[in-house]
Amino acid sequence: MVKLPIYLDNNATTRMDERVFEAMRPYFIEYFGNAASRNHEFGWKAEEAVDWARETIAKSINADPKEIVFTSGATESDNLAIKGIAEMYASKGDHIITLTTEHKAVLDTCKALERRGLRVTYLPVGKEGFVDLDMLRDAITDKTVLVTIMHANNEIGVIQDIESIGKLCHEKGVIFHTDSTQSIGKVPFDVQKMNVDLASLSGHKIYGPKGVGALYVRKKSPRVKLASQMDGGGHERGMRSGTLNVPGIVGLAKALEICIEEMPTETKRVQGMRDKMWMDFQAELDEIYINGPDPIEKPDRRLPGNLNVSFAFVEGEALMMGIKDIAVSSGSACTSASLEPSYVLKALGVGEDLAHTSIRFGIGRFNTQEECDYTVKQVVEAVKHLRDMSPLYEMAKMGIDLKSVAWAAH
Amino acid sequence: MAYSEKVIDHYQNPRNVGTLDPNDPSVGTGLVGAPECGDVMRLQLRINPDSGVIEDAKFKTFGCGSAIASSSFATEMIKGKTVDEAYEIKNTTIVKELNLPPVKIHCSVLAEDAIKAAIEDYKKKQESVAHAEPVAQ
Ligand SMILES: Cc1ncc(COP(=O)(O)O)c(C=O)c1O
Ligand code: FES
Repeated sequence: MVKLPIYLDNNATTRMDERVFEAMRPYFIEYFGNAASRNHEFGWKAEEAVDWARETIAKSINADPKEIVFTSGATESDNLAIKGIAEMYASKGDHIITLTTEHKAVLDTCKALERRGLRVTYLPVGKEGFVDLDMLRDAITDKTVLVTIMHANNEIGVIQDIESIGKLCHEKGVIFHTDSTQSIGKVPFDVQKMNVDLASLSGHKIYGPKGVGALYVRKKSPRVKLASQMDGGGHERGMRSGTLNVPGIVGLAKALEICIEEMPTETKRVQGMRDKMWMDFQAELDEIYINGPDPIEKPDRRLPGNLNVSFAFVEGEALMMGIKDIAVSSGSACTSASLEPSYVLKALGVGEDLAHTSIRFGIGRFNTQEECDYTVKQVVEAVKHLRDMSPLYEMAKMGIDLKSVAWAAH
Repeated sequence: MAYSEKVIDHYQNPRNVGTLDPNDPSVGTGLVGAPECGDVMRLQLRINPDSGVIEDAKFKTFGCGSAIASSSFATEMIKGKTVDEAYEIKNTTIVKELNLPPVKIHCSVLAEDAIKAAIEDYKKKQESVAHAEPVAQ
C-alpha cells in the first residue's frame, strides 16, 4: 500500500532532504557565530561555512564565488536584480523587457517600477510558452537596460532557450537576468555557456530550506553593478546587508550539491515517472490536453517532473477534492483568491474554460512509481465521476458546440 | 480550505444526477453559469401541471465541490414542493445547510438562479402549450 497523503506539488515547494538537514544542524547551536565576526573562533567557523557554501554554489553554475549574493529567497533575488539594475543604470535607460508568464516575483516588481515611471514591455509567448527571439530582438531599444526572462516556468515547466536569449542580449549590450528558481538543480545551468548576467535561486525548490536563496551577479564581461535594496552593515559586498543566515546558506549549498551530483540519474527517474503518468492519462481518458510543451516530443524543453493537464469539462478544484489524499495544484479560479484562472495558461491562449480544468502535478525526488500509479488511478476515477455529472461533458458528447451556447454570465 | 461533511457527502454521493427530456412540456430546464467562469449548473424539474408539485428533479453541474453540493442539495430540497414554494428558496438556506464559507456563497447563488431559471422555463412552456392551436396530425 502506498502511504497517504502523497505529495505531488514539488513545483510549489519540496520536502527538505535529510542530508541537507544534517548539514545545517551544527550551525544552529554549536557553530552559531556571526560570519562577520572577524576576531574570534565563532565567527571564523561561520565564515568558513559560508565560504564553502559560496564556492559550492558557484561551482554548480560555473561561476566565481565572488559572484554569489545570498538572499532570503528567489523573491528577494528577483527584486534585487530588477530594481537594483533599474536604479543603477537609470542614467542609461528606463526600459525593461520581460514575459507575461513570469512569476509574480518578477511581474509585480516590474509593475512597481512602472509606478516609478519606468517602461516595461511584457512579451507574449506562443502556445507552448516559448518566447519568440525575433520579437525579443525587435523589443530591445537603446533605452533597454534589462531583459528578465525565466529559465523554467513554475506552472507549465516550459524551458526557454536561455543561451540564445543571453547571446542576443549581449550582442545588444543589454543586461540579462533569468529567474532560474525552478531550473537550477533540475536541469544543467551554466552562466558562462548560457550568457547569463544575473540568476535567481531558492533553497526550498531544491530540497533545501525555505527563506534562503541567492542571486548570481556577473563580475566580468560585462561587469554588472547593482544598487542595493537592503541597506545596513554592508554585507555581501554592499549588495545585500543583513547578518548572514548561516544554517540556511549551508543548507542551500548542500541541497544544490546533492542535486548536481544526482542529476544524471534523478532526471531520468523523475522524467520517466512524469512521461508514464501522461501516457497513462491519455490511455484512460479522452478530452485531456497538455499545457506547455509535449513532454514526449520535447523532453529537453520541459522540466523533468512537471506535468500540467487540462481535464476538459471537470473543474479543477472539484477534481482536487476527489483526490484529496494527493497534493497537487490547479489553475482554476475556484482555487485562487482572485477568482481569476491562471494568467500563465491564459497567456498560452488556453481558453478560460480549459484553464479552470487544469491540474499541475509536480513529481520530485521523494516520489515513487507506486505513488504515481496510485495517482493516475485516483485521478481517472475522479474525472469519470465528475464527468458523469458534468452538463458540459454531456453536451459535448451530444455534439453541441459549447462555444455556440449563449451562456448566462453572472 | 476544509470542506464541511455535508459538502463532502453530496460530492461523493450526489443525489439526483441525470437528465430529463428538455422537450417534455412538463419539464423545466435551468442552465446557468458559464464555462469561462468555471461553473455551469443545469437543473431540470418535472412538474405536475395539475397540482404544480415538483415530482422529480435532476441536475448536472460543472463547478467546484460546493457548487456540486449546492445543486445536489437543491434537488433534494425542492422535490415535493410546489413551484411557488420552490421559487421562494433562498441561497442562504443552502449556505446554512451546507456550511459554505464566504468564498463559496456564489456557488449557492448559482443554485438559486438555477431553480428560478428552471421554473421560468417551465412556465414559458406551459404558456405556449396553452396558447398553441391544436395541430392536425
Ligand atoms: C519561478 C519562481 N520564481 C520565484 C519564486 C519565489 O521563490 P521564493 O519562495 O524563494 O521567494 C518561485 C517560487 O514560488 C518560483 O517558482
Ligand atoms: S464553482 Fe467556482 S468556487 Fe464554486
